[in-house]
Amino acid sequence: MLLEQLINGLTLGSIYAIVALGFTLVFGVLGIINMAHGEIFMIGAFIGVLVTSVLGLPLWIAFIAAIAVTALLGYMLERIALRPLRGKQGVSHLAPLISTIGVSILLENLSHHIFGAGNHPFRNSFAEIQIQIGSITIYIVQILIFVISIALMLILSYWLSKTKAGKALRATAENLETASLLGVNTKRTITTTVIIASALGGIAGILVGMAFNSVNPQMGLSMGLKGLAIIILGGMGNVKGAMAGGLLLGVAETMIVAYGDSGYRDAVAFITIIFVLLLRPQGLFGKNTSEAGR
Amino acid sequence: MLKVKGIETFYGKIQALKGVSLEVEQGQVVTLLGANGAGKSTTMKTISGLLKPKHGTVEFLGENITGLRPDQLLRKGIALVPEGRAILSTMTVMENLEMGAYHRSDKNIKKDIEEVMEQFPILKERSEQLGGTLSGGQQQMLAIARALLSKPKLLLLDEPSMGLAPLIVADIFKMIREIKAAGTTVLLVEQNAKQALKVADYGYVMETGKVIINGEAKDLLEDARIVEAYLGKKSS
Ligand SMILES: Nc1ncnc2c1ncn2[C@@H]1O[C@H](COP(=O)(O)OP(=O)(O)OP(=O)(O)O)[C@@H](O)[C@H]1O
Ligand SMILES: [Mg+2]
Repeated sequence: MLLEQLINGLTLGSIYAIVALGFTLVFGVLGIINMAHGEIFMIGAFIGVLVTSVLGLPLWIAFIAAIAVTALLGYMLERIALRPLRGKQGVSHLAPLISTIGVSILLENLSHHIFGAGNHPFRNSFAEIQIQIGSITIYIVQILIFVISIALMLILSYWLSKTKAGKALRATAENLETASLLGVNTKRTITTTVIIASALGGIAGILVGMAFNSVNPQMGLSMGLKGLAIIILGGMGNVKGAMAGGLLLGVAETMIVAYGDSGYRDAVAFITIIFVLLLRPQGLFGKNTSEAGR
Repeated sequence: MLKVKGIETFYGKIQALKGVSLEVEQGQVVTLLGANGAGKSTTMKTISGLLKPKHGTVEFLGENITGLRPDQLLRKGIALVPEGRAILSTMTVMENLEMGAYHRSDKNIKKDIEEVMEQFPILKERSEQLGGTLSGGQQQMLAIARALLSKPKLLLLDEPSMGLAPLIVADIFKMIREIKAAGTTVLLVEQNAKQALKVADYGYVMETGKVIINGEAKDLLEDARIVEAYLGKKSS
């Protein structure tokens, strides 16, 4: 029973981690919270609904379509809503934040308009397949979600730590001027980052659709807030923190529902944040010195 | 090699440079002196593309490079080691060096990094350590080594000796001599006027956004105005 809940928690947590990675990457290079990230995630989920339930195509096509659409959204977000505000004199440092809130409202309304309110089922052929190990029941879907999430995290970690483009991203995140003096085209790096972050959100959208079988236009908001909670928990802009924080929150929420009061499920994230901020204001993995000072 | 003509650079409404002109010949070390706030760093940032001048032009190897971005200028051969070193403190010493060669795609990068590490054993010893954990002097070595890995034609150094102990300062000036000997042109901003003029071929002195004196370094070392303002600490 406990093991089963742990598996549920890790499945949910690995999705949270993917969402939080998108937040943390953008925060790292731009120093802003991308409030549209949750809605990009929601659009990814709807692309999944469209491809699998409406068009009846296989799941892998849903992944490709969601990645393509959310990557494009990321590109547009950067070019239309963020870049024009950057480095302009007299533009408040809050402007890009507000701008992403605008995009989030736009995307939510758009999907409301196109898909309608309410829940949309996310069908896939193996949603009900389960394996029985002793007294424990595991759904194949859970394993798939977990494997995809962990693989994404490993790929991203490798990319950031070992490849030239990944190092350029980290250099840009630490100091934009220094990175450009070292030959990094920081505009391009920022665009790439927002695209990757958005595509991660899109993938997470499909994973949530697979896990919960239901998708609606409001789901972006709560996921966005949780992603935000996780990066505060893990340390702003910190990649390891996003992963650990996501898994932690997933397990904590699942345990509360299983052994406590399910009504407190969504409160867990925010109660955890309050405690972390009181005890370790820089987040679990954050450094003492303020990296967010830019 | 480098021709700066009448550049005027602003921070918002504040005019920091009021028409600065200077030239750097290939193979020379040229030093730029001046009191705090004279505009030396602003000049360096304008040449390297971090700031864009409102008026005036910068020419490099006969090409007008005014207004290009730092990454574009690095590809043309201009590298800046900024004031305060700008080490990537969350990346390892090795990664800092690799970033130095970021724009290169030739096969010698590994070999060049090896060579740099032979030259600075401390960097080899600390190669897996985070850049931010190095001492000030070590960070300055790393910053210069990193800039050299981009294989610049013109190296801009902004106060490399700032805040370092005299022994380390001597090391830094020795390095500058070696860089010159290896054929790289250097534009050096310094507070340490005497030492700077000793390594330099030519010198400029700035005051409140303008060049007020220029001449051969050996002449400037004798120049009464400079001796009085920057070298005149003999009594103390
Ligand atoms: N970011 C900035 N915003 C506004 N004014 C600035 C900024 N940076 C420099 N200044 C002003 O521009 C002028 C020139 O500064 P600069 O840093 O170029 O001087 P400097 O010669 O390098 O001095 P130092 O020897 O102290 O490094 C100064 O009056 C300074 O106050
Ligand atoms: Mg200066």
